[in-house]
Amino acid sequence: MTDLATKPLRRPTGRRRGVTKPSGWWGLAFVAPATIGLGVLYVWPFLSTLVDSFQDVPAFGPATFVGADNYTALVHDPEFWKAFGNSALYTAIALLGVPVAIVLAALIEQVGRGRAIYRVLFFLPVVTLPVAIGMVWRFIYNGDFGLLNTVLSWVGVDGQFWVADPRFTIYAFGVVGIWMGLGINLIILGAGLSAIPKSVYEASALDGAGRVRQFLRITLPLLSPSIFFVTVLTVIGALQMFDLNFIMLRGVNNTALADSKTIVYLFYEKAFVQFHQGYGAAIAVVLLVVIMIATALQFRLQRSWVFYD
Amino acid sequence: MTDSTVRRGRAQRRWHLHLILAIAAAIMVVPFVWQILTVFKSTAEVTRIPPTILPHGYSLHSFETFFRTVPFWSMFAVSAGALVLRVGGQVIVAALAGYAFARIPFRARGLLLGVFLAMLMVPSQLFLIGQYGLIRDLKLLDTLPALAIPGLFSAFGTFLMRQAFRGMPDDYEEAARLDGANPVQVFWHIMLPMARPTVAALAVLTGLYSWNDLLWPLIVSPSGENRPLSVGLAGLQGQFGTDYPTLMAGAFVCSIPLVAVFLFLQRQFFAGIAGSGIKG
Repeated sequence: MTDLATKPLRRPTGRRRGVTKPSGWWGLAFVAPATIGLGVLYVWPFLSTLVDSFQDVPAFGPATFVGADNYTALVHDPEFWKAFGNSALYTAIALLGVPVAIVLAALIEQVGRGRAIYRVLFFLPVVTLPVAIGMVWRFIYNGDFGLLNTVLSWVGVDGQFWVADPRFTIYAFGVVGIWMGLGINLIILGAGLSAIPKSVYEASALDGAGRVRQFLRITLPLLSPSIFFVTVLTVIGALQMFDLNFIMLRGVNNTALADSKTIVYLFYEKAFVQFHQGYGAAIAVVLLVVIMIATALQFRLQRSWVFYD
Repeated sequence: MTDSTVRRGRAQRRWHLHLILAIAAAIMVVPFVWQILTVFKSTAEVTRIPPTILPHGYSLHSFETFFRTVPFWSMFAVSAGALVLRVGGQVIVAALAGYAFARIPFRARGLLLGVFLAMLMVPSQLFLIGQYGLIRDLKLLDTLPALAIPGLFSAFGTFLMRQAFRGMPDDYEEAARLDGANPVQVFWHIMLPMARPTVAALAVLTGLYSWNDLLWPLIVSPSGENRPLSVGLAGLQGQFGTDYPTLMAGAFVCSIPLVAVFLFLQRQFFAGIAGSGIKG
């Protein structure tokens, strides 16, 4: 009985594999372009950046090994700590966009007709050139004739120089960051929401659960894997913020620029404007470590709040 | 409780829902509306305190200034050319590798895949210094290929394509092989067409990054020749200082192409983001 059951099954698969699977050489040929490209343009640059971070690399001439000097200089550089703090603050503000996205995604999910229109409107910033976004918001934040101060003046609030005054710069960036990221977060959360079976809601409605209770007891736990994903992506993206910093602080008075650099802006400035490649490389390595720690920490924390079936 | 009260309650809830969402959507589009309103104003009108909300006339002066002083079409050609090169190249390279990783067993496959995965987790800044050095040494600074070359290869794209090919049934592939098709033919005529939704998603995501990217083009276009729109527009800020109508006209014109593409390919954009969920 077992013989009859297993033999006819086994033979065709064995034959198929022997005759029809292409040889491993084909596999190597197929992955060759991607692998060579990845090796030359990613793996090698990555390793050379690691090495550079222990070197003094002049714009011309050979590099010299300096041990941990770049890192020691980094630790004693107030500009680095300032940038580190700015990036951390910006990331914290960007995270406030996650609950906003959750609520909006849940609302959009309930819309029947017209859902597409909301999705398109919320997605517009994602497909708009970030440079253009920076320019428009810079104008909105303008202290003299910006839209924000005009609107505030209607309700009797004093205007501020939101970008030029370093007390506000990072917060101003944070608002733009939330605005820019919302569209992507809504799509990811929307996909998560549509995967929640409707029967769960119907069952709880029969038990007399209201909308808010359903949101807290059903939507949030069942959506938590997507929320976690969005949170991880938001942190990784926010820690790498560069575009807004570059475009909104060009030509602004020096105190705002000096006080409001992010880690990646500082990296760009050191490595590609001042050509201190070794120092720039050290900043990039620190960024890598910070992102790794932040991500690992979130994976650790998820055990206490992310709900998997 | 009668049927009609239930219905009325539902209609009311829907009304509240639309109100909240409409307010949120209005806040979302305010910057775009403000940008468009500004385009039609004169510089004097914009810098008045307090500024006017609606433009007094519909002057197209800002567009004229923008197109007269900025080589828009050549910047557009650079952006579009880099996008086509990068998207086309990456899709083919990534699909080929993704197919082999998913369906052709070969030596060291697991190890190689591990290297791809590891690179997937490294932030892009870690590659920039080395990539810049290569482009400089190849004497490619300020050229179109420089913008596209690193983006031809993508651990993310390879991985995305691998996932797509992994989920496919064996039958079609085997039937084609029995008919005597070689692996290249099987890949090109049978498997790649079946992966079309993923190819579209990858193409759209890659196009989005390519079009919007600022840091890499900034680094490899030091002289300002062959600048894409992102870098050119950034340069406008210094050039026009407080001529806000012209700045907004530039921001508007440079954003329109991708927004238009998005409006046509909404489904692919959303599928790309939802399926891969990676941020630029």
